[in-house]
Amino acid sequence: MADHLLQVENLRVHFKTYGGEVQAVRGVTFHVDRGETLAVVGESGCGKSVTAQAIMGLIPNPPGRIVDGQIRFDGKVITGMNKKELLSVRGAEIGMVFQDPMTALNPTMKVGAQIVEGFVRTHQVSKEEARKKAMEMLRLVGIPDPEKRVDQYPHEFSGGMRQRVVIAIALANNPKLVIADEPTTALDVTIQAQILDLLRELQEKQQLSIVMITHDLGVVAEIAHRAVVMYAGIVVETGKVEDIFANPKHPYTWGLMRSLPRIDGVEKERLVPIEGTPPDLFHPPKGCPFAPRCQFAMEICEQQMPDASTFTAGHQAACWLHDPRAPKLEELVAAGRQT
Amino acid sequence: MSRYLLKRILMMVLTLWIIVTLTFSLMHMIPGDPFASESDQLPEQILLNLRAKYNLDEPLPMQYLLYLKSLVMLDLGPSIKSETRGVNDMIKDGFGASALIGLQAIAVALFFGLLFGTIAALNRNTWIDYTAMVMAVLGIAVPSFIMAPLLINYLAIKWPLFPVATLTSWKHSVLPSLALAFGPLAIITRYMRTSMIDVMNQNYIRTAEAKGIPTFLIVIKHGIRNAILPIVTFMGPLIAGLLTGTFVVEKIFAVPGIGKYFVDGIFNRDYPVILGTTVFYSAILVLIIFLIDLAYMFIDPRIKLSSRGR
Amino acid sequence: MAVDQSVNELFRPRAQKADGQIAQMRPSLTHFQQVTRKLVRNKLAMVGLTLIVLLIAMAIIGPHLVPYSYSDQSLLNANQKISSEHWFGTDELGRDMFSRTWYGARISLIIGISAALIDLVIGVTVGGIAGYMAGRGKKGDRIDTIIMRLIEVLYGLPYLLVVIMLMVVMEPGIVTIIIALSATGWVGMARLVRGQILQLKNQEFIMAAQVLGAKFPRILLRHLIPNTIGVIIVNLTFTIPSAIFAESFLSFLGLGVQAPIASWGTMTNDALGVILTGDWWRLFFPALMISLTMFAFNVFGDGLQDALDPRIRE
Repeated sequence: MADHLLQVENLRVHFKTYGGEVQAVRGVTFHVDRGETLAVVGESGCGKSVTAQAIMGLIPNPPGRIVDGQIRFDGKVITGMNKKELLSVRGAEIGMVFQDPMTALNPTMKVGAQIVEGFVRTHQVSKEEARKKAMEMLRLVGIPDPEKRVDQYPHEFSGGMRQRVVIAIALANNPKLVIADEPTTALDVTIQAQILDLLRELQEKQQLSIVMITHDLGVVAEIAHRAVVMYAGIVVETGKVEDIFANPKHPYTWGLMRSLPRIDGVEKERLVPIEGTPPDLFHPPKGCPFAPRCQFAMEICEQQMPDASTFTAGHQAACWLHDPRAPKLEELVAAGRQT
Repeated sequence: MSRYLLKRILMMVLTLWIIVTLTFSLMHMIPGDPFASESDQLPEQILLNLRAKYNLDEPLPMQYLLYLKSLVMLDLGPSIKSETRGVNDMIKDGFGASALIGLQAIAVALFFGLLFGTIAALNRNTWIDYTAMVMAVLGIAVPSFIMAPLLINYLAIKWPLFPVATLTSWKHSVLPSLALAFGPLAIITRYMRTSMIDVMNQNYIRTAEAKGIPTFLIVIKHGIRNAILPIVTFMGPLIAGLLTGTFVVEKIFAVPGIGKYFVDGIFNRDYPVILGTTVFYSAILVLIIFLIDLAYMFIDPRIKLSSRGR
Repeated sequence: MAVDQSVNELFRPRAQKADGQIAQMRPSLTHFQQVTRKLVRNKLAMVGLTLIVLLIAMAIIGPHLVPYSYSDQSLLNANQKISSEHWFGTDELGRDMFSRTWYGARISLIIGISAALIDLVIGVTVGGIAGYMAGRGKKGDRIDTIIMRLIEVLYGLPYLLVVIMLMVVMEPGIVTIIIALSATGWVGMARLVRGQILQLKNQEFIMAAQVLGAKFPRILLRHLIPNTIGVIIVNLTFTIPSAIFAESFLSFLGLGVQAPIASWGTMTNDALGVILTGDWWRLFFPALMISLTMFAFNVFGDGLQDALDPRIRE
């Protein structure tokens, strides 16, 4: 346990809004090891980005607040830190890559200055050295002609290039962990692949841990070692990527898999979207939140939240289907067809 | 870049020319001539001489050309009520006083407006924000010609902190500058608040937070500069408003500035003076707006590229 | 019931539910409902609205509440303090300030609202034409360019200076003030409307409507107007006070309405001397009214703007 770089335990985050209190994250537990990439997967609104913000200590308060749970990073408890202590973790030990590179950079500040802004704060360096560091970072993330680029403004960069700059910012202080919040969603497909390659390459080079937040199973397969599948603010399935892809255990994961396009598929499967919409997190259901959309739902599913069942080492899913008392899947399917 | 400048300067000249032509034709649309009211009292010969002196005996197009010619020579024309002193003399006399009050007012409005706006934005929906906003709304609601008597009443008569009437020392300029500054200060506060709130919600602020930069530095380095950009575009109309504000403020405080000459000109129906000072004011304004545009290009790196691209 | 049953019995297929129950969203509000709801919750805006309503009511009935007309002089009663006879006191000619103040409100409101409406009509027409023409072939673009050049030049002119010039030339009076105020006042509205239309034109739902074969009048009626009306109304709530301000400014300079007509600007100007004599009510009431009116329209306009802005959520 102590060996995990990041440990999130029973995290609960609520947001006060005009319409009531949203329970965005409702007891999430997972960990990340050193040098590992963990993917956090789920539809928008499932609480994955909020979890990332919580790790960075960036939950806007008000309206948001961490109601319960603990986040430990490298032996330190982030959730109990004051503002000043958080500043020494943010950027220095945990870097963050954001979704939209078009807006993640300050339009009126030179790119080089933005990259080393955090570095300059923690290391007393001269202007010369800072500039050198900025160019080194640009080179690291594969931007050609860093001597010229370092003095340019963000609007002179393309989207993919900007995302490389954002990655350079995240890495400038040599963090142990990088949280990437949908880093490829806003990019063209070819650029997406380049950015993923870059992240994987950097991870190997720098012995980084990465938390990859995404809704895209393709990205998960591409880059992650392990995955956490989130739904409506809770973790429904977690495990090694191979296990989850080869042998998914939660009906929600099945749904996600079916909505994934397959280029290599021999049989021409139709893409099947998951019907229905996620539950209202103002009043979360007491049972399994996926039950209303689940074609295998039983009565118990609506009454009580299932505990996680363990399959292979680290592969867990929270679903009543894996309870020994549950009927076989075929019966449930048949029952569903009858009515 | 230089092409853009040239285009802008041409636009400036065009705008000025339109203003001159417009005011000139307006002034000559008035039936009779400036001496009409005095024609009963003055002998015929003197009237003729007077008309000749002010070129009023020439046909209108000729008068127009003569006026344009004198403008090009930087002569803003004569005054009818005061025979020895022309508009140029009035501007020479009044410019210092007007500029002092105007510049002080702009400086106060800008400094405190940006400061209050930023503070309000950072303390959004707290009592600090509400106080700043109520003050700002009051500043917009109370015109300078009401603010001025209030200031005189409280800060000069009831509690004699500052002297008023005429402008013999710097202390005399404090109250007129304040009276003038309130409106723009309120407007800048409001715009700055909105702009700052907008900027602080931008993703690049989140990027800076994720870098571990303390909030104070984020506001200074990332917030203010980006938030000022939209403010700069409002500066033109704001300064135009301030300039018209000087008319009444100078009149109420009896400051011997250009505005006072202008208002006196209106009261006396001294058309050449109205014409001359209007042209002067317009020239100053057009120049200020041009300078603001130039400043904008230096503050926002994105502008340079797009004008080069055109 | 579930409590009595053993848990085991719950492990059976769930009874199928009606489709409607799958999606359990919270009730959504229409755009209009959201806007009014936000506006009503904005206390300051409601204060503004109340003040505006009161002001209009008093402008209509105020002068009739006292037995004096705004122009009745009575030198015996000059400079009277506030009393049960004269609720707001009297001025140096013994005219009743209460009557004059609300008569002044009439003048201010008539001028403010008429100028704003004229600005609206001219501005929406010109801006609409420019916005519609832009991007419609060479000829359309040229019309747009000509209009924009005109607007640019007019916008470059200092507003109050132009109004002053016009008033110097024209006979002073309510109608001429309205004309002078709207002579260049419509430019702001035209710019706004053109900008809005250009922005909307490029949006997908307008293109979709065009592709589906909707004719321009229909697009205008069903899409462009509903989408620009908010900005236009907000602009209107700001032009009214600025016109009222301009009127009192002009009257203050002696270029506005002429005696014996009362306007807040002329009353303020008349009262300037009283700072020294201490007849404070002479300055207080017109100054308060100008400030309250400006305040009311501005906070209401602000509230409306916030309410219409989808980015601002509570």
